[in-house]
Amino acid sequence: MNNNLENVLKKEPRRALQYSLIAIVLVILLAVSSPALHGAHVTTKGIEIGWNILMGILMPDTSLLFGLNDSSVAYLILQTIAIAFLGTLVGAVIAVPLSFISATNIVPRPVVIVTRFIIMAIRTVPSLVYGLMFIRVTGPGPFAGVMTLAIVSIGMISKLFIETIEDLDSGILESLDACGSTFFQKIRYGVLPQLSSDFISILVYRFDMNLREATILGLVGAGGIGAPMIFAMGAYHWHQVGAILIGLFILVFVVEIISNKLRQKILYG
Amino acid sequence: MGWYDKLFDAESYTLANGKTVSQKFTRVPLLVLLLLIAIGISVWVTGFKLTTLFTNLSGFWNIFGSMFPPKLSYFMQVWQPLLMTIQMSFFGSFFGALLALPFAVLAAHNITNNKIVNLLIRFILTVVRTIPTLVSALIATYIFGLGTFAGTVAIFLFSFSFVGKQLFEYIETVDMGAYEALTATGANAPRAFVTTIFPQILPIYLSTALFAFEGNVRYAAILGYVGAGGIGMILNEKIGWREFNSVGMILLSIFVAVVIIETVSQRLRKHLS
Repeated sequence: MNNNLENVLKKEPRRALQYSLIAIVLVILLAVSSPALHGAHVTTKGIEIGWNILMGILMPDTSLLFGLNDSSVAYLILQTIAIAFLGTLVGAVIAVPLSFISATNIVPRPVVIVTRFIIMAIRTVPSLVYGLMFIRVTGPGPFAGVMTLAIVSIGMISKLFIETIEDLDSGILESLDACGSTFFQKIRYGVLPQLSSDFISILVYRFDMNLREATILGLVGAGGIGAPMIFAMGAYHWHQVGAILIGLFILVFVVEIISNKLRQKILYG
Repeated sequence: MGWYDKLFDAESYTLANGKTVSQKFTRVPLLVLLLLIAIGISVWVTGFKLTTLFTNLSGFWNIFGSMFPPKLSYFMQVWQPLLMTIQMSFFGSFFGALLALPFAVLAAHNITNNKIVNLLIRFILTVVRTIPTLVSALIATYIFGLGTFAGTVAIFLFSFSFVGKQLFEYIETVDMGAYEALTATGANAPRAFVTTIFPQILPIYLSTALFAFEGNVRYAAILGYVGAGGIGMILNEKIGWREFNSVGMILLSIFVAVVIIETVSQRLRKHLS
């Protein structure tokens, strides 16, 4: 019995060599990456600022946090949500045709390769760069933020849309054909019901991500809650920074919960 | 939605066998109305104007066009910050993922049977996760001074919270049978965890860490905007000076680097699962 157990134990593959190789590679990579620590020092001024930020969060500027005028946190949150919402919508309007001409079951392969390359290239440019480019088009403000998010969203929305489109069940279309449906009836009863719930859930998910993105667009002057925050930080107004950070946290947190619930409901009823 | 169904009568049909079936009144008009209101408010708040967009769009294409052809010779100045960006991402992701493991164990209710600890750790993970990376980088530059370390800290925080959340949710779904068997034979909790749970979560743990690393390389490119080091510094500088063919070269380098890293990491992740 004991021999049996020992035999089984010996049969277990020896991974020691494999693991130590991985460990060595990781250690080498870490050593190579150590310049990332360059400038790692904490000054007394840094500690003081850190402490001030913490105090600012614990004792936020209540008139800013609970006020209802143009510069209050509530209005900034509304503006951020509006930017993310409209950005997602405009992005979707551009992404839908783009994903139909990138799905392998609709267009031939060479076209797919070209369009997918374009989508990937669009995705690579960081959002702040688009923000700076759109400011030249629309002037600084939330409008630039909307356009930036629209372009930034295209990459992910179309990638997920393409997957949904490629999963289309063509059997349904064939049976509609057999019933003698017209072209538009086929789209209405064969294609749309298959795509709509996935599409909406993707858009809700992207809205959630865009909201996070919209909070930082203010750094380049493209509206949202980020701009007043960077001004408050530059001016060392930590109580205002605290108020804005609290607003930001609540906004992202609440929207995440709602979007998760909503997507569950859309996908699984 | 009960009030809606009361307001609008359900349609009913009588089938050939005399049975009556009914269908609730369509909700599409209500949804369309809500959508239109939301669009209206958003357009009003953001000042969105299609006419401005179409009249001024040439400005966008002008900038875009002046990025081509990218100034290839500029690569000599690009590769060093690019490498620094990757180093920051790797360092931050590695230690973030490392720290995430004990936190995930503490947050998972099937391993740590203490509601208060679970909730506290989850709250920390949520707070860290909701603060955008650029904002934490900005705060880090105030505390640690301008430079790559601030960026590394921001990446570290993001990886920590992202891997931590994914991991604790996965730990809660693992098979506890072997763990319980081992503790029943007298093994202490850490020992039982390492021999039974850890092998189960290892592939997911590594692939989540790799996924965070992939995203971080993409994201670290903009951290320079707040002075947190990496390629974003020169990107910001060149945009400010309107040297758009240099900007094109920087973007091209980021694109190539991201594609290479994503391909390698996707291979590794496929191998893991």
